[in-house]
Amino acid sequence: MLKYVLKRVGLAALTLLIIVFLLFWLVRIMPGNPFPSERMNDIQIANKRAELGLDNPILVQFWNYITKLLHGDFGNGTSLYYGVPIKTVLNTAVSNSFRIGGISILLGTAVGLLLGITAALNRGKFLDGFCTVFSIIGVCVPSYVFMIFLQYTFSFKIPFFPYFFDDSRFLFSSVMPALSLSLFTMSTIARFTRNEMVEVFDSDYVRLAESKGLYGSKLVRAHVLRNALIPIVTVLAPLVVDLLTGALVVEKIYGINGIGKLMVDAITGEGIDYNYVLALGILYSTLYITVMLLVDLLYGVLDPRIRVAKKRGEAA
Amino acid sequence: MASKKLSPVPAGSAAPYVPVSGDFELLGNRDLQTDTNFASQSYWKGVFVHFFKNRRAVVGLVIIAVIILLAIIGPLMNSYGYRDIIQYRNDQNRRVVAKAVPPRVPWIHQLFTGEPYDDAFADRTFIFGTDDLGRDLWTRTWHGTRVSLLVAFVTIAIDVIIGMSFGLVSGYFGGVTDNLMQRFVEIANSVPRLVIVSVLAIFMPKGMGLVIVALLLTEWIGMSKIARAEMLKIKEQEYVLASRTLGADSAHIIFREILPNTIGPIITQMMFSIPTAIFTEAFLSFVGVGIVLPQCSIGTLIEEGFNNITILPYQILPPIIVLALLMLGFNFIGDGLREALAPKLEDM
Repeated sequence: MLKYVLKRVGLAALTLLIIVFLLFWLVRIMPGNPFPSERMNDIQIANKRAELGLDNPILVQFWNYITKLLHGDFGNGTSLYYGVPIKTVLNTAVSNSFRIGGISILLGTAVGLLLGITAALNRGKFLDGFCTVFSIIGVCVPSYVFMIFLQYTFSFKIPFFPYFFDDSRFLFSSVMPALSLSLFTMSTIARFTRNEMVEVFDSDYVRLAESKGLYGSKLVRAHVLRNALIPIVTVLAPLVVDLLTGALVVEKIYGINGIGKLMVDAITGEGIDYNYVLALGILYSTLYITVMLLVDLLYGVLDPRIRVAKKRGEAA
Repeated sequence: MASKKLSPVPAGSAAPYVPVSGDFELLGNRDLQTDTNFASQSYWKGVFVHFFKNRRAVVGLVIIAVIILLAIIGPLMNSYGYRDIIQYRNDQNRRVVAKAVPPRVPWIHQLFTGEPYDDAFADRTFIFGTDDLGRDLWTRTWHGTRVSLLVAFVTIAIDVIIGMSFGLVSGYFGGVTDNLMQRFVEIANSVPRLVIVSVLAIFMPKGMGLVIVALLLTEWIGMSKIARAEMLKIKEQEYVLASRTLGADSAHIIFREILPNTIGPIITQMMFSIPTAIFTEAFLSFVGVGIVLPQCSIGTLIEEGFNNITILPYQILPPIIVLALLMLGFNFIGDGLREALAPKLEDM
């Protein structure tokens, strides 16, 4: 198992390194010039470039960037928040986004599971139909539309929640964004749980357990849920990623100083800030790869069959 | 046990009893189980029958058909262009613009209230109303739907070609080729779409091109995975061996012999990719790096609706509903196709 984990982690790190290099290289070959002033002559520009290390080969520059990166130094922004170290801006952004994202993932998973289980236990009844309709709506409507709707209804028509995000009342004002972000997770998990559980209910081993005399919550907990939950872990990874994308617009709409809003600003703001695009690209890729890796490993932990199959595969 | 109409045959009579039609009666409304013989049908006819038996799939198909129809003929149904500002000059030669008119259909209004509208645009029909600049939202909604659908169809068509070729070639040759190609897919798959978009936004001007390239770079991966899986399933079959024995080269085997047999799962994957493409387009346009003025798409319409939500709350509804229905329709069709292509035993 340890060997497998190490191999997976190593591969993920290598992939990440390749992506970071590609991003770095793309940003370096970008059109544009760091010294657009017409008053500088060629020698002055060459001196300045040497001073900043821009005349080094790209691999040397990349090495310097990576070593700084590993010390937590992302460099400074140029056009966005002039000259402020990217690290300080990122710190606030990451903490805001992660708290809201965390709340919505927890909320989405918990309520989604609950809904799915309820629907599967009441198969064919009203609750099941309700769950189906709910999950269809949740999947078909983007999270930012829910955000717009919530903002219009509960901040504008009925002024209960703040119209824009308010840092001083963090929990209170993150109710609406977290709710709208969690709806997609919630409905996907609800639908998935329901289908998985129905399938497990129809399986032979549950029938066997029933014929032994097991019933009720014991049957559901010990036999159905355990087996139905494993595949749900696989859908969680893409959901977290979708959450990142959805958060982009939700943060923009609700004025949350998160990484999503930073990303939108970096792309669309007054000109594009290369350093921010690079830093955010690295951040997003790291997040994405970490989530994929975690889910992959978690899957092995949850399902002994997969672990064994992988071991055999390695031995062969 | 015997039917009451069956009179016992008198003993001794030589002629056997001949039943007449009056001896039989229908069983009434009992559900009759008729077996459909799928083995004698062609594969695609079976798929067709399965697909149309699925109520959801048919609903999805109808929704998509209606939306495509409206996207084609919707803008032609009135005389306004999607970028025309509806206005006229009044007696004092002042411009009167139909700004922010709520949805109205004069004859329905007359039917319920008994009197016509009493403003300058009393006789005009605006089914979805007009926006803050005085443009007809009915026309704009369907024009935007047309743009969004076009972007989605074009990118998915190209993605299918790229992804399918990549996956088929990778799966067919196997070994080192497959390994290298799959490592490439793995790395390409680990780059979040947002990062691709943000880097692209540096290289390319905002607009339709950016959306299409961003989708091209991400959506082919799923397609290639499916094509590769299908290839691995099919390439060991006898007809492939037969074709090779007859002297066919790899290109012929891959694209002429095997490709037609992988088309089912690929179409299913397309049905799931199209909503993703529409979603991404709407998302990018909403953020402001997608479709640019004066063009409009579902994304820009939602954004315009959002900007005006406090003054014209109805403006955001049509594009959102169209978007949701598109998602719903394509997902239903995709699910239906998947079930029809690989029917489970119990459905047979």
